[in-house]
Order: sequence, then structure tokens, then C-alpha cells
Amino acid sequence: MELYDEDVRAILQLLDASSFDELCVDTDRFSLTLRRADGAWTRETRTSSKPRELIDAASPSVGSAPSVGTAAADGSLTSVSGAARPEGNPADARLVAVLTPLPGTFYRSPKPGSPPFVEVGTPVARDTVVAIVETMKLMNSVYAGVAGRVVEICYPDASLVAQRAVLLRIEPDLA
Amino acid sequence: MILRRILIANRGEIALRVMRTCERLGIETVLAVSEADRDSVAARRADHSVCIGAAPSHASYLNVAAVVRAAQRARVDAIHPGYGFLSENAALADACAAAGIVFIGPTVAQLTAVGDKLHARRHAAAAGLPLVPGGAVASLEAARDLARAIGYPILIKAVAGGGGRGMQRVDSPVDFESAINRSMAEAQAAFGDARVYLERYVAAGRHIEVQVLGDGERVIHLGTRDCSIQRRYQKLIEEAPAPLLTATLRTAIESAAVAFATYLAYRGLGTVEMLLDCERDCFYFLEMNARIQVEHPVTEAICGLDLVACQIAVAEGRPLGMTQEEIRCDGHAIECRINAEDWLHDFRPSPGRVDLAEFAVGEGIRVDTHVESGVDIPPFYDSLMAKIIVHGHDRPAAVRRLSQALRHSTIRGVANTLGLHRAIADDGAFGIGGVHTGFLEGFLATQTGKTPTSTPAAALTSTSTSAPARLSTPTVTPRGDASANPGATP
Repeated sequence: MELYDEDVRAILQLLDASSFDELCVDTDRFSLTLRRADGAWTRETRTSSKPRELIDAASPSVGSAPSVGTAAADGSLTSVSGAARPEGNPADARLVAVLTPLPGTFYRSPKPGSPPFVEVGTPVARDTVVAIVETMKLMNSVYAGVAGRVVEICYPDASLVAQRAVLLRIEPDLA
Repeated sequence: MILRRILIANRGEIALRVMRTCERLGIETVLAVSEADRDSVAARRADHSVCIGAAPSHASYLNVAAVVRAAQRARVDAIHPGYGFLSENAALADACAAAGIVFIGPTVAQLTAVGDKLHARRHAAAAGLPLVPGGAVASLEAARDLARAIGYPILIKAVAGGGGRGMQRVDSPVDFESAINRSMAEAQAAFGDARVYLERYVAAGRHIEVQVLGDGERVIHLGTRDCSIQRRYQKLIEEAPAPLLTATLRTAIESAAVAFATYLAYRGLGTVEMLLDCERDCFYFLEMNARIQVEHPVTEAICGLDLVACQIAVAEGRPLGMTQEEIRCDGHAIECRINAEDWLHDFRPSPGRVDLAEFAVGEGIRVDTHVESGVDIPPFYDSLMAKIIVHGHDRPAAVRRLSQALRHSTIRGVANTLGLHRAIADDGAFGIGGVHTGFLEGFLATQTGKTPTSTPAAALTSTSTSAPARLSTPTVTPRGDASANPGATP
């Protein structure tokens, strides 16, 4: 089903001698765009065939997928301690939401079986580690970002969390 | 036995790589996918796909029972495990044997022999390979004694580890106790096995490895690769052959690799990793990887073989179709791993939607990728997006071609390491070749203007908490794959 590098090179040989700077090939299975810039060719491929899933062989767990948003990286990615004012409920106006630095898996404890970093009621400092989020096999510490007391933990341990998900809420100390 | 239908128990670019060979050989492919990958490019290109579980790896790609069940229901003749995930898992090989399915890889005994670093070390010693001075320790007292005997600096490694996890450098006896406690706790947490071993830290080392191929009786090698450009034990650039080695040293390294594989009566494709001690001009056995590796294309480029086809042929029970004398290595090849990471911000992972993926195409350029414009990079798996491989008649030609190919490749939407590779390709020291494993750290310091974290120990303890298992911001965790590289240290 795949277009091989050799095939593409054969097409390029034809194009090289021509005056064309772009070629698009569209089939049911793929689309290939070749572009010439500064004397060199680039390729952009899109696979358009559909997966042919063997229904019979599906595992029992199918269908229970907790879906996770994988929104494109934005400015929030650079902020590890994601304290931010939550929106909505005015009663919670004083609370500070701790956002996930990245989409991934939320862990409440440093390792399986050990006590959680924090519980509801735990006092925290700005640099207290309150959770870990695993993204692409990397463990990212999540800091409280504000001194106060944990009033809510929004997900169970090992939950999948989307970009900018609120992990915890903290009631800040009165300054 | 002729293999007509194969289950690929992997994802990403390596799944596509295996498919390419299968298609050429007329073998039908069934791809095992997690729920996150049901609509992936690999799933679209496979003849069939089968969902084996939820997105997190442990529920799908690491689930032996789910993989075997899928293979049985899909009625395949064999399983190709790719790299990482279950590729070196003896339980999978065992379950395959029980189910009458061919495991495309070495025997269970061989997986066991090289899967545990201590076993591997013992076998290597028995096969006559040189080892870094060191050994396993069970107690703090024994560790302190051994450390004194080896001399500082010392490297502490988890017996069951890989990918830099559980590994620390210790420069003086003062730091030893806390370091070893941390290593043991981390090893226990990560692998359920607190055993550690100590070895001499090689200040100026190169990571040299040898591709070997055996049919259970005869072993040949397909030359060397140099994978010294690493960050926290993850390889970023690999090349073949290893540059700037004397003929004597190269031959010695290749012969040692063949001796080790022959000692194991190795069947399949494997890599014997060595640490070249540049100050002492000698080498030590590090470990053996009993699978195809991420960097296999550089070997394919210079020796002209299809290594996946070689794996399949051996798995079918055929003897090697060539002798050592028939292997001819031609020119020089370099591979860059393009990862979804923000290299200017401590290599922060960058999952998300790829708006544009455009790659250079032309003579001597090969791109292995599962990334196209419009695809999502899920947060569950490793960050490899593409491998750009170039081949030239000699190393300078390959470096020039690499620079060109990188300049004509674009990925937009997620942060990636293309820019880093462009900068390295134009670097003077890289141009000369033969850099040490510490190269990248120094290079990054010049690029980002930041002081490098000078040791793995510093890297692993950069967040001062008592929770080593998941902490460090961010720290590298093992994927048990090609990039796992103990020994070679920054």
C-alpha cells in the first residue's frame, strides 16, 4: 500500500528535467505532494486509506477509552507550576486551580504504593510538589505554585488528563 | 516454515518499517493497535489492524496476554515485536511458543541470557569479552568496599535498569551513601528489583556497537555503528561505520561481538554494545540488545541488506544466506532522530497536532516516519516522530547531505528537534567525527547559553524531593528500547 522511496525518486527523475515545481498525486490510498525549492525536492504524504480492523479479534477492553485532548502546544506548556485563577463559581473565587503542565497521566504519589503527595487539607508552599504528570514517558513534577491548603483533588490517581486540565484547587493563605 | 501472515506488535515508524518489508515479501500484515492508535497512519497502511487495549502502554503494547490473544484470533504465523515494548520480553517469546506462533527474535534462553545486565556480564566474561571493572553489590558495606577497589568516579546502575533509570555518577566517597540509597530506591520503584551494580566511570567514552546476525549456528557481523551523541542516555544521532577507529581496534570490536553472539549460539538480529575508553584506547562490553534497533537503517544503508527481511528469513528457520566475506560496507550513513521535544526548553515533551510534515527527498536520503500533516502525536508513547537517514560515499559527503536534508525538512505544530540537528550537522567537532558521549551536553550549553547539568546524578536529583521513582523535571524513564544505554556516560 505504500509508496516507496524508490518510486518517489523515479518520479523525481522525470520532474527534474521538467520545468514543474510542484506535483500532486491523489489516489484513494494516499496523496503525495512533491515541491521544489532552492533546487531541492521535498515530499508531503497523506495516507487516505481507512484502517481495516478485525472486529473478531478485538479485546474486551475496547470501548472504555478515556479520551485525552492533545491540543497543540501553547504558551501554557512552558509553565510547570500552573497555578491560575479558575473561572465560574464565585464561591470558589478565592481558590487557585493547579493546571497540568502537559496532557498525560496524572499521578498522586511518587511511586506505586507510596503515600500521595498531598491530600485534601494538606498545607502547601509555592514549591511543594503536589502531583506528577507522565507525558511521553517523562515524569513532570507539578508544583502548587501558591502557598495555601489543598481543598480539592480533581482526578483519581492514574487518570488521563487533557491539556490545561485542572488537577487540584488550592485555597491560598491570606497574605 | 514459510511466514505468510505476521502480527506487528508495535506502533509508529517501526511498525511501518516492518510492513514495508512484509509487503515486498508478499507477507500479510496485521497491526496490533491501542485505542489511541486505531486511526494511525500505520493502522491505515496495514492489511488489517486489531485493537488490543486502552491507550496506556501497560494496557495494550505491554500486555503479553492481549498481544498473544490478538495473534491467535487473527490467525497469524508469527509476531514481529519491533523495538521497545515487548521486543525483548521472554514471557512473550514463551507464550508464542506455547501458542504455536513464531516469535521473530532470539530464543527464550537468549533473551533471558542478555535481558538481565548481570547475566549478560557473566556470559560476556565467559565468552572472553573485556568488561568495565565493577560488580554487583547487595549491601552498603560491600558497595563501599567495591567502590574503593574500583576508584572514583563511579557509576551506579540498576541491575534491571535501562535508559538511564537508576543510574548515577558519584565523584567522591562523601556522596556515596546517599547516592546508592537513592539508586536502590529508584531501582526498587521502577523495576521491583533493588539490586544495583557499580562500575568504573569512563570519563571520555564513545558508544560503539556492532550489528550481528545469527541463524543459531553461524554468526556474522554487519559492521559498527557509533551512537555517542546522546542526551541522558537517549541516542539522538547514530552513524555507520563508527568513524576514526584504527583498523586494529575496529576488528577487535567486531570480533568480540561475533564471539559473544557465537557463544550464545545466537539466532536472529542483535546488537552488541561496547564502551570505547578513549583515554585508555580499549573497549568494554556493555550489553546486548536482542532485537532490531531504532538505528538499524544506517547499517542497511552501508551494507545494502534489508535487516527486517533477514530477521524474517532466520525466523523461518533458514540458514544465513551470506558469509562474512560477502558483507561489503560502502560509504557512510548518518541518522537523526526527530523527536517531539522542545530542545530549547530542556527537551520538554511536545505532544499535539502536526500541522505540516514535509521531508526532504532525493538520492541518499531516507526518511522513516509515521508522521504526516494533520496527525496527532499522542502523549502516551515516546516522542520519536521521524528518522532522517542519509548515505554518502564518505563521511564528509554524508554530513553535507544531512545538513541539506535537515534544511529541507519542516515540521510545524509541535516543537521538535529538527533545529537541534541542523545546528549539530554544521558543528565543527561533529564534522571531524568521533565525538565522545559528553559532546551533546557541551554543545547544548553553547546553543542555549545555559550551564549544563554536569552529571547524571545531578540530572536525576534536580528536584530535591524524596521521591525518586517518578520525580525529576523532567527525567528520562526507560522504554527498554534501542536507546537504553548504560555505561556510556556524559
